[in-house]
Parts: sequence; structure tokens; C-alpha cells
Amino acid sequence: MLVYFIRRMMQAVLVLFIMSILVFVGVFSIGNPVDILINPQADQEEIARAIRVLGLDKPLWEQYWLFLVNAARGDLGRSFVFNIPAIELILQRMPATMELAICATFMGVLMGIPLGMWAGLKPDSVSGKSIMAGSILGFSLPTFWVGLMLIMIFAVYLGWLPSTGRGQTRNFLGIELSILTWDGIKHMMMPAFNLALFKLSLVIRLARAGTREAILQDYVKFARAKGLRSGRIIGVHVFKNIMIPIVTVLGLELGSTIAFAVVTETVFAWPGMGKLIIDSINLLDRPVIVAYLMIIVFMFIVINLVVDLMYSVLDPRVRIAEARG
Amino acid sequence: MTATTPEIVAESAVAAKPQTPFRRFVSDFFESRVATAGLVVFALVLFVALFAPLISPQNPYDLTKLDILDGRLTPGAKSMDGMTFLLGTDDQGRDMLSAIFYGLRTSLGVGVTASFCAMMIGMAMGLTAAYFGGMVDTFIMRIVDMQLSFPSILIALILLAVLGQGVDKIVIALIAVQWAYYARTTRGTALVERRKEYIEAAQCLALSNKRVVFRHLLPNCLPPIIVVNTVLIANAIALEATLSFLGLGLPITEPSLGLLIANGFTYLLSGKYWISFFPGVALLVTIVSINLVGDQLRDVLNPRLQK
Repeated sequence: MLVYFIRRMMQAVLVLFIMSILVFVGVFSIGNPVDILINPQADQEEIARAIRVLGLDKPLWEQYWLFLVNAARGDLGRSFVFNIPAIELILQRMPATMELAICATFMGVLMGIPLGMWAGLKPDSVSGKSIMAGSILGFSLPTFWVGLMLIMIFAVYLGWLPSTGRGQTRNFLGIELSILTWDGIKHMMMPAFNLALFKLSLVIRLARAGTREAILQDYVKFARAKGLRSGRIIGVHVFKNIMIPIVTVLGLELGSTIAFAVVTETVFAWPGMGKLIIDSINLLDRPVIVAYLMIIVFMFIVINLVVDLMYSVLDPRVRIAEARG
Repeated sequence: MTATTPEIVAESAVAAKPQTPFRRFVSDFFESRVATAGLVVFALVLFVALFAPLISPQNPYDLTKLDILDGRLTPGAKSMDGMTFLLGTDDQGRDMLSAIFYGLRTSLGVGVTASFCAMMIGMAMGLTAAYFGGMVDTFIMRIVDMQLSFPSILIALILLAVLGQGVDKIVIALIAVQWAYYARTTRGTALVERRKEYIEAAQCLALSNKRVVFRHLLPNCLPPIIVVNTVLIANAIALEATLSFLGLGLPITEPSLGLLIANGFTYLLSGKYWISFFPGVALLVTIVSINLVGDQLRDVLNPRLQK
């Protein structure tokens, strides 16, 4: 077990290292930030000073070495545009993204499980079939376009929901949250639903497949024979058993929900990490791009590592095969 | 299509012509009405994309043909010189229908090119991994696993942040995202096929590695790759649209559907829905039709479902 653990950790560190080189070298070849960040009327001396201050005069490998040393200290550089540490900028935006991703996941589960179970219980009915058709549509619809259509219907024509921003937030344990105020919830509804759409389709499929399988099992027959109400059979016995794959898949999907939040945040001008990265790419704010990519890569490596280690705890075959290989 | 007249039905039943695999494949495919509709729609989309310059009412990128006074007209409105804009116009006075035709051309072109290149690279990698095994296999599949553990949009985002804008850049990003899927599919199928007797026989005849791989192994691995290919073309088109919408994909000079939608976003809030709505519908129709065809292909080519 320990061998596997160490091997897997080393792999994760290696991946992080490779990604850091790729990202750093890549990002620093995009363009010349001097042209964008320094006043065009500045004279030669001012330009030289600005380059020195930004550290752009050093050779690339030295810049990378400085970056690595600083990164180890938790300093990923200063934003050229905002002039505050990049990591601070990203951490400021992180709660908004996390809040959105978590709300979207909950929305997907709360809507998807009942719909999926219904479709699983009545697979041949009109309602069951339309739920499934809807889930296929949910997979095919481009997220950003659905977001625009939501804005068009609920913000422009009906005027029920606001289309941009987080609304009023309230401080909870030092974190600003939208979900705690009515105004914030109203702002949250459309973006969360938009982000939830893919998850919703996924949960519907999983719940339907699980339900169809579960109702044929002996324990359900036994519960029926015991004379339990069908509401209880479905709500307790079937429900508990279909939750296992759903929880697994949603755990794995959390990472991609955060990644896909980029699109939803751009559509709804949600002030999260995703919108920050798009703005930074357009402004060539390199430290922020590098810091964002490093943080998100790090998050993914940690998620994947945790999942792998959990599997190896649950399934001994995995760790034996890996320890040998 | 299936024969409908009684004579032909009777004849085919009596004569029992030996059915070629291709003919069985075709008749199986058209059994599903939904898939047939999907194929017809996709053929239509393809036709529009290929012949956009011939069938568009207007060349939307010829600035001399545009009149800024025709800007943001509602669907069905008439221009100053009497032309009808069936789907309205955008802010530059461009006919939306023509813009969508040209946009489809770009979107499909990028999606198909990227998927095809990714298929070539992925197939080469997958076949190499499966045929040689050992260290080569481990090395290639480690990279594939590592890449597939990140969501596609994140990889594309990193690459485009690094590479910048442009048609070639987005094609590279899409190839980089997709090759791993092809490699994994090809390797999985090839591993199964490799153990079969015909490969052993070919090797016993001392045929060269090249010949065994390309003439014996590869053709037998194709069906699952074709299925993956249809799905991934749809994915490539959707991903390209998303990236273009985010402003990371194609430059303004070559607008794809995603860029048209992004362009209409500004006017959406003032109730001018058509600039974003219709390109989105075109995108949706394209993706759904490809997915329907892909679904049916998967069922038809799956040997376990064969009657």
C-alpha cells in the first residue's frame, strides 16, 4: 500500500512539474506584454525600468527558476494589470466559482434523480420517453447558447431574473456568498441551471438505468411481498441503491464542473475564476494566466490522486497490479 | 432503402442473394427512422456548408455588398434595394442566413479537419501501443491516461492561452484534445484483434510488421473507430463554437457559428434575439444530426446486437 501511495504521489508531482514547464514556457511566448502594459508615450529609460521591475529582462530559464522558487513559497507573481499578487486575485474569485459549481451540482441531483427514477419506473410512457429525449438534448445543446436563451427568455422577455453578476452577497465565515440573500439567489438561478444542465442529463441517465435494474432485484420483490407501500420501496430501497454510482460520478465530475464554469461565468458575467482567466488571456496578464492554470492543474491532480487512492483502498487488485508494474 | 413493392420482396426472399456485409450494413442503418432523418439532415447541412458561396443570398464578407443602414433588421424585413432578409441582419447589415451558411462552412471545416487529423495520430499511437506492447504501450497509454484525466475544455483553454488565436491554432488545440480518445479506442480494439488467428497466420507467413498492421490489423479495427469519429466530430464542432464564443477561437475574419452567436450576445439584451438565436439553432441541428447518425452506427456496427 505504502509503495503504491509513494509511487502515485511521485507521479502526481512529476505531472505538476511537467505542466508547470509547459504552461510557463507557453504563456511566456504569447506576446510582448511590454507593448500593452507600458505607456506608449514612455521614453526609453522608463520602458527599461518597467521591464526590470516586471522581471522581463532576465533569460527565460532564470524567469522560470524564480517562478519555481517563488511558487514553492506560495507566490505566483503579481498581476500586471491589477498589481496585486496573482494568487490573491484568484483566491478572491474562487468562492464565487465554487458556490456556482456546488449549487449547480445540487440542482442537477435534486432535479435529475426524481426525473430519472420516474423515467426508470415508466420507461414506455410518454413522460418517461420525453424525459429521456430531454436528457439527450441536454447533452447536445451547447452550454453557452442555452445560457443566452435563458437570458433572452427570463431576463429580456419575462424580466423575472437578473442576467449579470452575483447580486447582493452576505459574509459567512469570511466568505462572501450569494446564496444567503434573496437577491443573490435570484442572480444564482440562471447560471446554476445553465451549468447544471449537463450534470442533470447525466444524473437522469444514471438514475434511470439504476432504477430499471433495481426494481428487478430480489430485495425489491421481497419488500413488495412484505406489503410495503410502493412509495416506501421506491423512496428508500431503490433510492439508496441507485445513489452509489451517482455519487461516484458526481465526485469525479466536480472538477470538470469547475472547468466548464468558464463558459457559464462568461455568459452571465459571474465574477469567478473562469471570467478572470478569460479577461486575463485577452489582456495578456501572464502571471494571472500562469497562476490560474497552475492552481486548476493542481486541483485536478489532487482530485485524481484522491480518487485513485480511494479506489486502491476499496479494491486491492488495483494496488497489487500497480505495485508490481 | 427497404424494398416496398411485393415483387421485389418476393424475389429477394426466393433468390436469397448472398448479402454483402456492406449491403447488410446499409439496410440495418436505414431501419431506424430517426437515424435516417439524422443522416438526411446532416447531408443537407453538409451540402449547405460545401456550396455556401453558391446558395447564399449574399456574400456576407464582401463589404461592398453590405449597407450599414440595413443593420439589425428583424427576420423577414426587406433591405433598401429590395432583398428580403429571411432571418434578419446583424449589426453590420449582414444577411443572417448567408452568415450562417458561411459559418457552417467554417465550423464543419474546422471540426472535420481536426477530428480527421486527431484520428490519424490517435490511430497510429493506438496501433503502435497495441502491436508492440511492453514499454512502448506503457509510455503511450500513460500519456493518454494523464491527458484524459483533464476535461477537454481545460486542455483547449491552456493550449489557446499559449498559442493565441487563429484557425491553425484552434485545429491544433482540437487535435491535442481528441487524439487521446482515438488512441484509447484503437488500442482497445487492436488488442482484441491482435490475439485472433488471422494475425498469427499473417505473422507465420513472415509478412512485414508494416503489412500485418496496415493490411490485416487496421481494417478490422475500423468499425469502433468510425463510431468514435462521428461522436468526436460533433464534439469538436461544439468545442470550437464554445472557444470561439469565449473569444479564444477563430479570428473575426473567419466567423464560425460560435462567433456569430457571441456577436449577437450584445444585442440580445435589447430584445434582438435573431442574431444569436438562428446560428445557435444551426449549431444544434448539426450536432444533433451527427449524434443521431453516430448512435445508429454504434448499434449497427456492434457485433453483439447483430441478428
